[in-house]
Amino acid sequence: MTDHPHLSLTRRRFSIGAALALFASPARAAEWISFDTLYKSFGVRGFEFADRIVALKGQEVSLTGYMAPPLRAESTFFVLTREPLAICPFCQSDADWPVDIVVIYLKAETPLVSAGAKIIVSGRLEVGSWTDPDSGFVSQIRIADASYRRV
Amino acid sequence: MKTWTALGVGLLGLVATGAQAQTIYPISRAEILAGSKFDFKVEFPGAPAQGAVKVTINGQDPAIALGQSAKFVEKEDGGDLSAYWIRGAQISKPGAYIVEASLGDKKATVKWEVFGTPQRKAKNVILFVGDGLSVPHRTAARILSKGIVEGKYNGELAMDEMPHMALVSTSGTDSVVTDSANAMSAYTTGHKSCVNALGVYCAKNKSTLDHPKVETIGELAKRRNGGMSVGVVSNSEIEDATPAGMVSHTRRRADFNDIVKMFYDVKPDVILGGGSPNFLAKSTPGSKRTDEDDYIKKFEADGYKFVSTKQEMQAAAKAGSSKVLGLFNTGNIDGALDLKILKKGTVSKFPDQPDLVEQTKAALDVLSKNPNGFMLMVESARIDKYAHSLDAERTIYDTIMLDNAVKAAKDFVANRDDTLIIVVGDHAHPVSIIGTYDDDTPGNQLRDKLGTYAEAKYPNYPAPNADGYPEKVDVSRRLAFVFGSYPDYCDLGRPYMNGENVPAVKAADGKTYVANEEYCKDPMAARRTGNLPLDANSGVHSADDLVLTAMGPGSEMFKARVDNTYVFRVMATALGLGQ
Ligand SMILES: [Zn+2]
Repeated sequence: MTDHPHLSLTRRRFSIGAALALFASPARAAEWISFDTLYKSFGVRGFEFADRIVALKGQEVSLTGYMAPPLRAESTFFVLTREPLAICPFCQSDADWPVDIVVIYLKAETPLVSAGAKIIVSGRLEVGSWTDPDSGFVSQIRIADASYRRV
Repeated sequence: MKTWTALGVGLLGLVATGAQAQTIYPISRAEILAGSKFDFKVEFPGAPAQGAVKVTINGQDPAIALGQSAKFVEKEDGGDLSAYWIRGAQISKPGAYIVEASLGDKKATVKWEVFGTPQRKAKNVILFVGDGLSVPHRTAARILSKGIVEGKYNGELAMDEMPHMALVSTSGTDSVVTDSANAMSAYTTGHKSCVNALGVYCAKNKSTLDHPKVETIGELAKRRNGGMSVGVVSNSEIEDATPAGMVSHTRRRADFNDIVKMFYDVKPDVILGGGSPNFLAKSTPGSKRTDEDDYIKKFEADGYKFVSTKQEMQAAAKAGSSKVLGLFNTGNIDGALDLKILKKGTVSKFPDQPDLVEQTKAALDVLSKNPNGFMLMVESARIDKYAHSLDAERTIYDTIMLDNAVKAAKDFVANRDDTLIIVVGDHAHPVSIIGTYDDDTPGNQLRDKLGTYAEAKYPNYPAPNADGYPEKVDVSRRLAFVFGSYPDYCDLGRPYMNGENVPAVKAADGKTYVANEEYCKDPMAARRTGNLPLDANSGVHSADDLVLTAMGPGSEMFKARVDNTYVFRVMATALGLGQ
């Protein structure tokens, strides 16, 4: 609990999500997904996404979760967790954040005032390994071009 | 006035010289096991050329004492210092060694003691580390698991019932209060170092992996005595500081992916813990690696039996596997209170996790087959983690679990006298038992419910089950096990039945921490203003000495007050690792 290797994140004004948004198809009714149904199997050798999640790749989805405390107050990038998280996943040894997280890339840079709050995120589902070029943060599932509201 | 000025100038002069002096690693008063490997480094500030410096050991070229010649790195890492290196040095002859490093008229001197070891006394060593295990943990565990009547306990903890005892001091080279990395490093290498460091001195190197290394007891046991077996058992992520201390060399304990590689390089015969994501290739969902190495496959290719449940672990031990890698959770293995009684935490996700006792038994089954003996480290990790989260009952239940693991080791040695067993914390937590909270005491504030002195009486936990755990923890009169350091939080004064306490959450400013209002809603919650800096989200370690207990051959060396580095010396002496 004493180790605080702060990752140096450079300010990210244009997310990949925002760039891709130019080509996004017109909005449709979002499909609801949940943390409980993301995975087909979940174990120490890794996990497999549920068939429905894989099939929803590239489509509009909505997901309820908790906004993890962000690195800074304004960003396009934060982590959504199943349970409320006391710690900033970027601020401490990566030992501390849970495995079943969903990374959110917002449509626009937003003041992230809802840290710790239950929120609904809507946006385009991305599945597959992706390393954030600025932070080096590796994620397996993301909601891009997203917006959110408090529950 | 004149005198005062002169004194002031004199002091300034000293300070200036001190700040610029060359630094020698290992540092002064280092105790070095004869024949152990270490990196010898001298840092010369101002980046002088090689011709300007002079280094000697006992007045001679260091190559004579250390068996190899030096490498000189001008402007190391592009900085304002030059480095004199002999990596992988060894000294076989015990005695005093004076190291001098000169640059112009500036001379630095350190003195090392190289110690040998007499005839090997112990075939095996089992080191139990209760992470954060402080004296009140032992007291509380004894009250809950043994019971106490009229001031006398109804039984002894296995860890208390040992013939030898010492007081252990834990401060590091940099700070009076240390962390689990540096603390474990003292046990496994015999060298003091600094916070966050494992198996290295804290020099000025830029890369966390380049700092001057000292050999760990895991490495020594593997290459000495004809090749002993090594076991690393914990209920934390196996890359966490304490288990990592058996094999690792890094300035930064958070280098989990590098630490997995270090486990693979040293190859302890038994590795049991949590923390699987750092073993998985980056492309595997759930991985935390940044490369495509699949370490589970690598270990399997090297003959390890990989297991991920209690049942698989016990089957592997029974089947006679000689090398076992067990990873039972993506994070830490659940603690005893969740695993045994409340079924909270990640128990539903990982329903067949072993506890520390079952891990210890399996490790002993596997390791004891080596005729050359074994070095086993068993850590009860969450005593510390729950003390950080101000979760009294969970930190106490994990102390009981540690004691059960010690009992399993004592059963193992029941018919033999060839195994040194040590039980010790790695650093303390500021915890204390100040009385009891009694729901039946009138009042509507938590402090009204606190009984002190005579009003405390005794808690009314039910008699423990066969494993020493009371099966009901939310009793009406319970121990007031309190924490001396804390962020802003709401204190319930009773167990957290729905999962581990999360005392504080990040504030809207993204920097500081505030009380977790979830608990503040409780009518009996006492809102506490933190006594820690605002960026703290949990309790901190303390510099208090620890109590160590020990039995078996070599344990008689423990008495009085010792430095934590002395624990290494006792283990190395018992095993004759300096022969
Ligand atoms: Zn700790």
